[in-house]
Amino acid sequence: MKCQEILEKLSEYIDKEVDPSLCDEIERHIEDCEPCVAFINTLRRTVELFGGVKHVTPEIPPDVSDKLNAFLKEKIIRNP
Amino acid sequence: MAGAQRSDKQTACHVSEKEKDEALIVRIKNGDYSAFEELVRKYQARVYSHGLKFLNSKEDAEDILQETFLQVHKSLDKFRGEAAFSTWLLKIATNNCLMRLRKRKKMIAVSIDKPIEFNGSKLTREIVDWSKNPSLQYSNDEIRMVLDNTIAKLPEDKRAVLILKDVEGYSNIEISQMMGMTVAAVKSRLHRARIFVRDELSVYFEGALEHTKTGSVK
Ligand SMILES: [Zn+2]
Repeated sequence: MKCQEILEKLSEYIDKEVDPSLCDEIERHIEDCEPCVAFINTLRRTVELFGGVKHVTPEIPPDVSDKLNAFLKEKIIRNP
Repeated sequence: MAGAQRSDKQTACHVSEKEKDEALIVRIKNGDYSAFEELVRKYQARVYSHGLKFLNSKEDAEDILQETFLQVHKSLDKFRGEAAFSTWLLKIATNNCLMRLRKRKKMIAVSIDKPIEFNGSKLTREIVDWSKNPSLQYSNDEIRMVLDNTIAKLPEDKRAVLILKDVEGYSNIEISQMMGMTVAAVKSRLHRARIFVRDELSVYFEGALEHTKTGSVK
């Protein structure tokens, strides 16, 4: 496999979505291809950076929630 | 009848979120406003933070929140329960976010559909491995700003897929349902978007790390 072909599969590779035979091929290639390794490391790190907020429970300021409830009541109950 | 009731009670301890939502939706359709309030309470934070991530504006996120739940109440009859309610809800919220982005129009979409800089089989530039850089944390304000600015430059379909997958953690299938595209289309947009962001981060880190020789390429 060439670097370009590897590159096209890297998101699936880091998401562990490639099938085992392709996974083997990729791993054989990157054994002695430093640019691909660097690319994988940095792509994986990029994805991890976004994942940094995933585990935070979303929050809503109380006033935003109050305004939402008032808005919905107004639109749905008072002025349907 | 009594038997059916008993079996309902037995499974009541193991009600899935989907079933809980469906029960609420039945009550809402029967005109129970308190059930709607419960549904809003359950999902309001998720919709609000979704809007914030897409639009980077508290005011806009608040508008999206209100529009989305009003729309949910109006079109609940159209919800058939094939997908989870949360998927359907996020689909509406995402559409509203995308519409607002389109209205803004000032967004600069850059082309990221070109293959990146591999020339034939030869790598034409050095790839610097900045992945171990200690400043690289989402909590780092500067990195966060770089990421936010980079996301803002993405064309909207790629931005949406990236946020849904890598920030909010939805599966490819859920995203395909929300965006109305195939899983293959989701994957391809996700890959382009990630590579674009990676490249922008690389520009940011250029000079921050010593360039290491990357050796020969195949
Ligand atoms: Zn390679």
